[in-house]
Amino acid sequence: MDFAFFLIQLLNGLQYGLLLFLVASGLTLVFGIMGIINLAHGSFYMVGAYLAWSLAGMTGNLATAILLAIPLTVVLGMALERLLFRHLYQRDHLYQVLLTYGLILVFEELRSLIWGDDVHGVAVPALLNASISLTENLSYPVYRLAISGVCLLLAAALYFLIQKTRLGMMIRAGASNRDMVQSLGIDIKLIYTLVFALGIALAAFAGMINAPLSSVFPNMGSSVLIICFVVVVIGGIGSVKGAMAASLMIGLAETFGTVLVPEVAGMIVYVLMAIVLVWRPQGLFGKA
Amino acid sequence: MSQNDKDVFDRREFLKGTAAVAGAAAAGTLLPSATALAQQGKLKVGLMLPYTGTFAQLGVAITNGFKLAVEERGGKLAGREIEFITVDDESNPAKAPENVNKLVQRDKVDVVIGTVHSGVVMGMAKVLKESGTLWINPNGGAGAMTGAACAPNFFRTSFSNWQTTHALGKVLKAKGHKNAVFITWKYAAGEEMMEGFKEGFEKEGGKLVKELYTPFPQVEFQALLTEIASIKPDAVVAFFAGGGAAKFLKDYQAAGLKGKIPLYGSGFLTDGVLDAVGDAGEGVETTLHYADGLDTKKDKAFRLAYAKTFKLQPDVYAVQGYDAGQLLAAGLEAVKGNVADKVGVIKGMEAAKIDSPRGVWTLSKAHNPVQDMYLRKVVGKENKVQGVAWKALADPARGCKM
Repeated sequence: MDFAFFLIQLLNGLQYGLLLFLVASGLTLVFGIMGIINLAHGSFYMVGAYLAWSLAGMTGNLATAILLAIPLTVVLGMALERLLFRHLYQRDHLYQVLLTYGLILVFEELRSLIWGDDVHGVAVPALLNASISLTENLSYPVYRLAISGVCLLLAAALYFLIQKTRLGMMIRAGASNRDMVQSLGIDIKLIYTLVFALGIALAAFAGMINAPLSSVFPNMGSSVLIICFVVVVIGGIGSVKGAMAASLMIGLAETFGTVLVPEVAGMIVYVLMAIVLVWRPQGLFGKA
Repeated sequence: MSQNDKDVFDRREFLKGTAAVAGAAAAGTLLPSATALAQQGKLKVGLMLPYTGTFAQLGVAITNGFKLAVEERGGKLAGREIEFITVDDESNPAKAPENVNKLVQRDKVDVVIGTVHSGVVMGMAKVLKESGTLWINPNGGAGAMTGAACAPNFFRTSFSNWQTTHALGKVLKAKGHKNAVFITWKYAAGEEMMEGFKEGFEKEGGKLVKELYTPFPQVEFQALLTEIASIKPDAVVAFFAGGGAAKFLKDYQAAGLKGKIPLYGSGFLTDGVLDAVGDAGEGVETTLHYADGLDTKKDKAFRLAYAKTFKLQPDVYAVQGYDAGQLLAAGLEAVKGNVADKVGVIKGMEAAKIDSPRGVWTLSKAHNPVQDMYLRKVVGKENKVQGVAWKALADPARGCKM
């Protein structure tokens, strides 16, 4: 590997890492901060991708489709929180696991009924449908770079929301002591509904914006679910900074692993997770 | 207190008693119904296929194809009516033994048809080797089924993974490509296809300069595409399927490699995904045992009948299911429907010449199709046939002792 290709692989790794952060950001919020184990995270990712595909087909424009789809997913998230999740906060995590596993099956079946089992493609928006030439036979799609930009913005916004705003303070306080926050006169139920809906919307948004790259296909959510949990666990539960660091680490490890030691590339991420957990059981940025 | 104890005791005894009665009743109702069915002379066909999950569509296409073959024979095979028993295998290898046992032990089927996923196929092989039940596999290409693990009661109407890429060596040579890179998922099917290609290409004097793998079912190809660009081979050969294939074709184009380094593959790379990839598939050449535009009488009739019956366009999986029905019919006709004569059925199937929509094929000694591999090229939304890449290609069936 000469130096130029090393740099390109570095770019690949960072870009993939940012993509992972985008996909895992919703889980960071819902699992990391609210403490809800949401196995259906991948399903919301899939719902987002299918919404983007079907709405882009109707409106002829991915941007419009995303603008239309986001409110839908927020409403979906709020409804699920009100009807289902709300009743499980006080119970053992196992109940959440059962509920969200059930949701995976329900969403897969609904997807099959509504959208069918075909593989679909979503066109890259015309404005971003270009490539930057890197070497004589390799170029880099502009859309991938644009997604990286969106990921960085999103990371900054999430960090700001949770660390610097009053709402973020209430969320963090609610996560550590729900009853106390409530006795201080804060409507914690409403806050939980909002944060949960935001987490769902983020997962779906990741599916939408990623749809032109990944294509849209059945079970697409299950492939991202595990890696999302790995990101949150390595990064440290409850830390946006940690999730970002973990995403970049995984992106680079996978990229260079695939190129340098292809025989064991499938294991690298999990070995990395094991090492981090032995060294810092609370994750990179988690609080002990 | 003592009264209470006695109560509990009584209740327990009562429960035990009812459980025993219920068990006996259940067994009792099962037995007569089973014998009743045997007297009616219905042939029990167990369909173990994926009806949910990623491969659900494939399972449906195979089922449809099989049923079409039966319908064309008046709803009977060798004069016997068919009773279908379906099990959804969910493409889950871990559940394969349990699922196939449902058919073999609980339902006592005469023949098992299945399945799509190679891992599940190998799980079925273990159970069916012991039980000796007739088995026709309408898809899963695991080499071992008609190789090291082959058995007299095992039949396949689809392909071995090795077959789907072996003919590409000749194709690349004819185009003047001297070296190539193979890229696929790191799992059994991918590795077998890589082997099939490597053998064929090296026999022609070509050189496989690099094997690139990504973990299954990962679809992040950017690092490997960069690798390809730095190697600059004469050609790239790929195997991916479904959503992964769609993404690979798009990424190959987006990375600027399309048009600079020609892309080839086993046919699954471009089957069922052309609607999803826009023009990213255009011009990609693949080999497979079926193609669009074969234009034979049999193929036309099949496509028309299938479209009429199911309101769907048939694909290669439907053809494989259809041929599974045809093969079973040939075996049963040889014994006039007396499926108890297993040796006779097997002989009948071995001798069969299947007039398939893909062209006429026969079985190898290891019970895998000896068939023509077509060279196809993506033109618009079709895998247009370009010619026969390899006439009557047989799997080497390494390690099969039968």
